[in-house]
Amino acid sequence: MALDLNMLEWARAQFAMTALFHFFFVPFTLGMSFIVAFFETIYVKTGKEEWKSITQFWQLIFAINFALGLSTGIIHEFEFGTNWSTYSWVVGDVFGAPLAVEGIVAFFMEATFAAISFFGWKRVSKGVHLASSWLLAIGSNLSALWILIANGFMQHPSNEFLKFDIETSRAVMINFWKLIAQPVAQVKFLHVVSAGYTLASIFVLGISAYYLLRKKHIEFAKKSAAVAAAFGLVSSIFVAVIGDEHAYEVANTQPTKIAAMEGLYVGEKGAPIVAFGLPKNLPANEVTSNDQAFAFKIEIPKLLSILGKRNPDAYVPGLKDLIDGNSEYGIWPLSKLAKIGEEARADLRAYHEAKTKGDTAAMAAAKKDFYTVVWSDPKNGVSLTKADLIGYGYFANPNVNPELIHPPVPPVFYSFHIMVGLGFWFILLFLWAWIAVVKGSFENSKLLQTLATLSVPLPWIATSFGWMTAEIGRQPWTVFGMLPTAESATPIALQNVQATFFMFLTAFVILGIAELKILFTVVKHGPKGAH
Amino acid sequence: MTWAPNTVDATHFYLQVYFWLIVAVLGGLFLLMTFVQGGQTLFHTAKDEMEERAILNSLGRKWELTFTTLVLFGGALYAAFPLFYSVSFGGAYWVWMLILFAFVLQAVAYEYMNKPGNLIGKGAYKFFLYFNGVVAMVLIGAAVGTFFTGSNFSYDPITRVLEWGTAKDGFDLRGLEAAIDFKHGAWFNLAFGVLLFAAARILGALWLINDIDNNEFPELIQRLRGTIKKCFIVLLVALVIVLFGLLTMKGYSYNIHDPKGTITLVDGKYLHNLLSFGAIPLILFLAGLVLYVLGVFKSGFGNSNKGIWFAGLGIVLIGIIVFVIAGLFGTPFYPSYADLQSSLTIQNSSGSKYTLEVMAWVSVAVPFVLAYIIWVWYQMKKNGPITKEEIADPESHAY
Repeated sequence: MALDLNMLEWARAQFAMTALFHFFFVPFTLGMSFIVAFFETIYVKTGKEEWKSITQFWQLIFAINFALGLSTGIIHEFEFGTNWSTYSWVVGDVFGAPLAVEGIVAFFMEATFAAISFFGWKRVSKGVHLASSWLLAIGSNLSALWILIANGFMQHPSNEFLKFDIETSRAVMINFWKLIAQPVAQVKFLHVVSAGYTLASIFVLGISAYYLLRKKHIEFAKKSAAVAAAFGLVSSIFVAVIGDEHAYEVANTQPTKIAAMEGLYVGEKGAPIVAFGLPKNLPANEVTSNDQAFAFKIEIPKLLSILGKRNPDAYVPGLKDLIDGNSEYGIWPLSKLAKIGEEARADLRAYHEAKTKGDTAAMAAAKKDFYTVVWSDPKNGVSLTKADLIGYGYFANPNVNPELIHPPVPPVFYSFHIMVGLGFWFILLFLWAWIAVVKGSFENSKLLQTLATLSVPLPWIATSFGWMTAEIGRQPWTVFGMLPTAESATPIALQNVQATFFMFLTAFVILGIAELKILFTVVKHGPKGAH
Repeated sequence: MTWAPNTVDATHFYLQVYFWLIVAVLGGLFLLMTFVQGGQTLFHTAKDEMEERAILNSLGRKWELTFTTLVLFGGALYAAFPLFYSVSFGGAYWVWMLILFAFVLQAVAYEYMNKPGNLIGKGAYKFFLYFNGVVAMVLIGAAVGTFFTGSNFSYDPITRVLEWGTAKDGFDLRGLEAAIDFKHGAWFNLAFGVLLFAAARILGALWLINDIDNNEFPELIQRLRGTIKKCFIVLLVALVIVLFGLLTMKGYSYNIHDPKGTITLVDGKYLHNLLSFGAIPLILFLAGLVLYVLGVFKSGFGNSNKGIWFAGLGIVLIGIIVFVIAGLFGTPFYPSYADLQSSLTIQNSSGSKYTLEVMAWVSVAVPFVLAYIIWVWYQMKKNGPITKEEIADPESHAY
């Protein structure tokens, strides 16, 4: 049955919209939960009431945000089934486990200790309350760990932890520990949580700076800013360091993504990074040189090879090489991958036809061919079977344009570069703020205060673009190299998806504005007016 | 075509049973936690702002737990029975989307309802809570009803094609047909929905009677007792219809030793299931029912505030048994009336043996989670019920 491609685009748009909206709240929760725990720790250690009111003010803001984060989070759990039911069937055996673990070990911790942290100020002892605030923060961050392990699998479905099972015609998990420990997931987790800490720190720093500009709540603002500057400085530097590690993982597991991130069409030895540039949206077969693909660019030579391969002269394949192949560097053309994938699909069909007939010999033959090793690297023992490439069979269909093998360049390129640019600004801002705090000049530096206030929305832009780099960059796959997006969606009439799309959009617009209004009201009233 | 079990050996089979029991326990616990949803439909019993805030704050400290239980219920089904997740959620699209929507609206309502600058006003958020309390309960009840009456789908396990609405004599409303297709048990599904709603509402009232200071809010407590009596009548009617249906309908069945897993329709299947295993399911079911009714009498008709303890335990037992008879003893838990052989059983929809083994280890964490939830619950309750003073206290983060 042919899937309605228009419906597919709507289903993608719906998931993108709900995920992006959810991701406005998540990083804030990740960081703010810790910041609240810091403030409360200082309160318990010093016993000073002013720290308690600081804690409670930021906690109120945290709670307002937390509610919407939770409510938008449940949407995805449902959407995996409602809109991506084929995905859920094909990879549910691998993907479901981290989701369930997230529920057991993280969500309950969050929900249970949030109740004490929010409502228990007078019902439990100081120590229990403080412990609850910390457990809430740890629970929030643990949930990020498990969902990013699940996402890490989608980015890099290594045959170390899964295999495509011919019997049930789906991917099955074969090693849970390797799924958890795979570097792609771990660096992704660290990158996302530290981005969350940076985001929350900028929020606290920016609001504090706003109060100082207005000459309101001076003591409150100074104390809040001091904690935010220190936490933010450490976090923002860590984001960049682990971000570099993340890019390295991407370069070695998702060549189409890294090439799109840098607009690299033709592979090069000693490939540069484009510091600034305006890429054109060209199909790879029309591009003969990387210069042609940009209206304008400024490059830093060799940096992509250094960052991606840890070697200034290393070869980085471009989008064109990934379609046409490059025998010099052992890169297979897409047509070859597609042929192998199609053979795997034929084996799968043959196996089940033989099974219906009870022909065990034909079953064994199909199975043997299905798991034939087609590529191996004797150096590290990694090998690929036909089954591992089954997803590429999609491209054997003559109606599928081979250009679709890579994500669209401009959105991935811009998202990535805006995120990185903002990341560097955050480091500068925190360095400046931290020095000012240490020297005691934060209170008097109008310029710094203005810049900090104006910077409040920026980390949301950075995290959203970061998410877009990762997820648009993963296209055309839901599970990289294994399951094409076009084969993941629920077969359903277009109107249903459109209707739910607008249902969510309406709710998000109303609830989003309501949240901002409540937040502005609380910030305007300041720490005393809040309670 | 026949959809054969994927069970590879005896261990795998026991794991499949084990995870269905886990699903049943989570389902039972979720039913207990629906006191939040039921309570949300009782705001009109409050006659002044203070009474209303007492209800809001009592429920507002627990709603996240209900929400999380639902999420885990979904997560456990996803991890253990991914095929069910794919078929039911992808197929009965509108049922799940509306349930989802009702929970999305609920999640913000508590936090935003009494905050200045909340854009759409208190009334709108209160409506969200009612909407969640009524629509989500009725739909979840009806969805569980289809575990017995069946759904309108066929599925090819090899080509992965799900087709919804394929029954020649059925409707296709992406799941909502369960409420209007009376030829395929809509009356049973609807009665199940009403039953769940009435049960949740009674639990909500029982919870509030227990959690709100009875001396400070005597009139509210009396009105809540009145609501319990009225709801109890609705509950009894719905219960009779559901029990009548359950015991008289033809049930879907397969032989667990049949390698092809062929599904047939069998008379008295669910009664047979209740009597299986030394009639333990029946005994537990009746025990649950007695406890529930005892709770209703204690706090609805009597003056005790302890009714929730009995009714709460009762509903957990009832919930567990409902899922047990829906999925164990060779019963497809998600049957298809469009194509019998597409019906989902715990044996043809489960995860692989390895994944279930891993998840079985993970499930060791469940008692610890339950333990700290109970501990926290106790910590929050040990200093007595919700009082006017606490609600008015600016430091208590009251809603």
